[in-house]
Amino acid sequence: MTENTPENTAPERGMPLWAQITIWSVLIALLVVIFMGLQRAQEGHVQTGAETGEFDFTMPLFEGYEYEGLQEISLVELRGKVVVLNFWASWCVTCKDEAVELEEAWRHYQPDGEVIFIGVDYVDTEPEARGYLKQYDITYPNGPDMGTKISQAFRIQGVPETYFLDRNGVVQHVQLGPFQSTAQILAVVESLLAE
Amino acid sequence: MKKLYPLFLFVILLSLFSVGSVAAQDGGGTGVSDDEVNLIAHELFCPVCENTPLDVCETQACKQWRELIRLKLSEGWTEKEIKQYFVDNYGARVLAEPPAEGFYLLVYFVPPIVILAGLFILFRAFRQWKKNDKDQVDIQIAEANSTSSSDTNDEYIARLEEEMRKRD
Amino acid sequence: MLPNLGYGVLLLTFLVTLYSVVIAIVGHSKKSAAMIESARRAMLLTWPLLTISSAILIYLLVNEHYEVEYVWSVTNSTMPLYLKVTAWWGGQPGSLLFWGWLLSSFTSAVAIRKWDRDRDLLPWVLVVAGITLAFFLSLNVFFENPFKLIPGVAPLDGRGLNPLLRHPGMIIHPPAQYLGFVSFTIPFAFALSALITGRTDDRWIRLTRRWTLWAWLFLSLGLVLGMRWAYDVLGWGGYWGWDPVEIAALMPWLTGTAFLHSVMIQEKRGMLKHWNMILIILTYDLVLFGTFLTRSGVLSSVHAFAESEIGPMFFVFIGFTFITSIALVIYRWADLKSETEMKSMLSREALFLLNNLLFLSILVVSFWGVIFPLLSELFTGSKVTVGPPFYERATGPLWGGLMLLMGVAPLSAWGHSTIKTLGRAIWKPALVALLAPIFAFANGITNWIPLSGFTLVALVITVTINEFGRGALARSRKSDENFFVELWNLTKRNRRRYGGYIIHISMVLMGIGILGIELFQTETQRHISIGDTIELAGYTLHYDDLAQFPHEDGRYITRAEMTLVKDGEVIDQLTPRFDIYPGGQPMTIPGVRSTLVDDVYVILVNWEGISANSTPFKVYHNPLVKWVWIGGYVFILGILIAAWPEEEN
Repeated sequence: MTENTPENTAPERGMPLWAQITIWSVLIALLVVIFMGLQRAQEGHVQTGAETGEFDFTMPLFEGYEYEGLQEISLVELRGKVVVLNFWASWCVTCKDEAVELEEAWRHYQPDGEVIFIGVDYVDTEPEARGYLKQYDITYPNGPDMGTKISQAFRIQGVPETYFLDRNGVVQHVQLGPFQSTAQILAVVESLLAE
Repeated sequence: MKKLYPLFLFVILLSLFSVGSVAAQDGGGTGVSDDEVNLIAHELFCPVCENTPLDVCETQACKQWRELIRLKLSEGWTEKEIKQYFVDNYGARVLAEPPAEGFYLLVYFVPPIVILAGLFILFRAFRQWKKNDKDQVDIQIAEANSTSSSDTNDEYIARLEEEMRKRD
Repeated sequence: MLPNLGYGVLLLTFLVTLYSVVIAIVGHSKKSAAMIESARRAMLLTWPLLTISSAILIYLLVNEHYEVEYVWSVTNSTMPLYLKVTAWWGGQPGSLLFWGWLLSSFTSAVAIRKWDRDRDLLPWVLVVAGITLAFFLSLNVFFENPFKLIPGVAPLDGRGLNPLLRHPGMIIHPPAQYLGFVSFTIPFAFALSALITGRTDDRWIRLTRRWTLWAWLFLSLGLVLGMRWAYDVLGWGGYWGWDPVEIAALMPWLTGTAFLHSVMIQEKRGMLKHWNMILIILTYDLVLFGTFLTRSGVLSSVHAFAESEIGPMFFVFIGFTFITSIALVIYRWADLKSETEMKSMLSREALFLLNNLLFLSILVVSFWGVIFPLLSELFTGSKVTVGPPFYERATGPLWGGLMLLMGVAPLSAWGHSTIKTLGRAIWKPALVALLAPIFAFANGITNWIPLSGFTLVALVITVTINEFGRGALARSRKSDENFFVELWNLTKRNRRRYGGYIIHISMVLMGIGILGIELFQTETQRHISIGDTIELAGYTLHYDDLAQFPHEDGRYITRAEMTLVKDGEVIDQLTPRFDIYPGGQPMTIPGVRSTLVDDVYVILVNWEGISANSTPFKVYHNPLVKWVWIGGYVFILGILIAAWPEEEN
């Protein structure tokens, strides 16, 4: 076997600079991407205090669940009102636990027009979704999350999840999982109205 | 998605015991067979069970999706239209591969470019090695090796033995 | 009391490992033999300590100490004993401890055996392996304590292991996979030690050759067992779904396999030193990266672990090891110069390089496919799926190229080969190999993909058998010994080469199965009632009966009885079933009839809702899939031949 003797070793040469630069930049780019991914995974859903300005959306609404007669609802146009954004799906069992409470809370605030409830229907099929809305006699604006864009913007971890936005469109409270009672919803909304 | 799992499982359990009339009839009375549904479902991915094709996903959401495919098929939609419907409603993530457009093009172009770069570096190295080819002794050994490659048994054995000896 | 003792021992082990690492570095810089000896002894001490800690955990698992959170989360009173023991690696904290225990075993084995001969390399091997061990122990000590107690009153029963893991496969698949992952630490540690000390000859490779083979054996075995498990239990008619976790396990295998080949070039020709270093570094860090992916919650996948806090730790450790190792390679770049140069594009070393390129290409595709959804989410804000069609299309030709190389490379010589010498060697086997596509064509296969696939399979088999036969024949003529005796002698003389050839055969046997299921799988799904039949691929399945009953361990079982008929003859009884575990988790168990030609694989599609009048069945016809498992057995044989310790001479 050949030994590493001076006779047959090629002249000493380090790694070319361009190769070093390439390697380090690829390596660092990779680590940065993974770091960002990790950060995102650790962060979970949108936290309280997040401005919704960066992920304003316009959502089409189901027929019969329009907002002031409009087929679409736009988050940015709701500034000045407290927004209760509820993610749900007809296949979701625990969503059913809070459906009645949400509707009750909506009916409580509807006359004043200070608070708006929006149901965002996540990865659902329309016939079943309509059945669900009808079954629980829901009247607040509801629409499908087209392209799962809204749920991705809020980075929801599952359904149901509810985001409470203050009059300036800032997330002030996040509820993961179903509400226990109507009073729970009212309490959060009242605190936002008081601001 | 972890938090969803107990939920899903509960949903599955529920669906198991509520053997509804829809699932009970073959094709749900629409005349569309399971195979026709699965053919399309196999190439779709539902966000609630990521990385699992729709045709084998067990959640209630996916079950509803399959029924939706069945419904669309019975209304005479083509496979392409149905897939487009799902993309419009749930996003490009429902497809087994990202559509070849915009940022997504990267998924298709980066691996070939990297592989070609690798091939290029390899061939350049070969060329350089051949140019630097000065070690005469080695060449002679190598040629002796190569010429003996098939003819007589003795030479073959010699080569075999040589190779084995070289190993340690 | 006992859990606290277990944790105490774990903490002690962590401190001992740190001591060993620090004292080895200090000892090396002060050239103090006593300090290095102390480091070695400290490292040897970690094994009994971790064994005690693990024994305590197993004791707690077996004796149903549900006051311990880990025991509660992975066992319950209805689980059989073997599952209670194997629950050691059934969840995050336990599997990390298992990982640490394996690593400690390997490092201790190195410290015991090779100490005298390699005094210069070994202190740094201890340091590198010790740092890795300390990292895994720190995860247990600070984040994922397997001995953590549940506050308040102890629960009466545990939650139980995930039903998908309640399978005899649990005994062997995870340990094999972990063994493969962990044991690559040792060649990595030797490689880094060589870089640090500047001993850049191929000594580190020779010292770890057998380690690497065993590591590779377990890694491969882990993959095959995982495939088998998926086929038997997951109930989707296949064994490989290009799920991120599967790819995470495949990636180190790809670089490991490339490494296994390219070290031979370094041993024989003194070339590719840089490359081998890079490959072993990649393998080590891909193991960590794969573990990171599956345990940090970065990617969602069916078999990812629960989200956990250890992601950032893994990230820092991967960054640290990767950057340090690459910096070392660049620092030693000049010392790693080749001793000889490549002579011919067709020489065996050149073909080995091509082989490396192909393996790395598959790695690039896999890696890119795994992280692309992450990139998409970060840069476009929307998630995407990169699913099986992407990987199949991109890697298919690359696998084919690897098969071609397996057919050609054994015929080319080290150092020098030309088209002429290669052509002379290959035309006969190639002619024989052409019989395969002709046979396939005669059987009605007209698609070029399977035809070329089967040609390549036949080429590899003919060439390999020819290599065996020719060597043995030549030797038997010369020595007047029996052909088979010489066949045995030949294999014994160069275990690695002939073991390697057997592994090649095993790979193409698996290739037959993969071609069969990928290209010719058919399926049908129907709702039928008792007395009805389903037909698929010339088979008829009669649905005879449906039974639903509770099992004593709490499962609720739904089982269908089916008769499999072909050409009017009853050939088998199949009983697909599904079990619902007390927690509500379902598990689908297929009814399978498996032959060398094809598998009939039938499942109860439980998620569609089941009743006697309308039972949904899904039937798969999987041609040739059994060859995947046959290939697996041949593989084990091959690697045993290659890696079995040789008598010293």
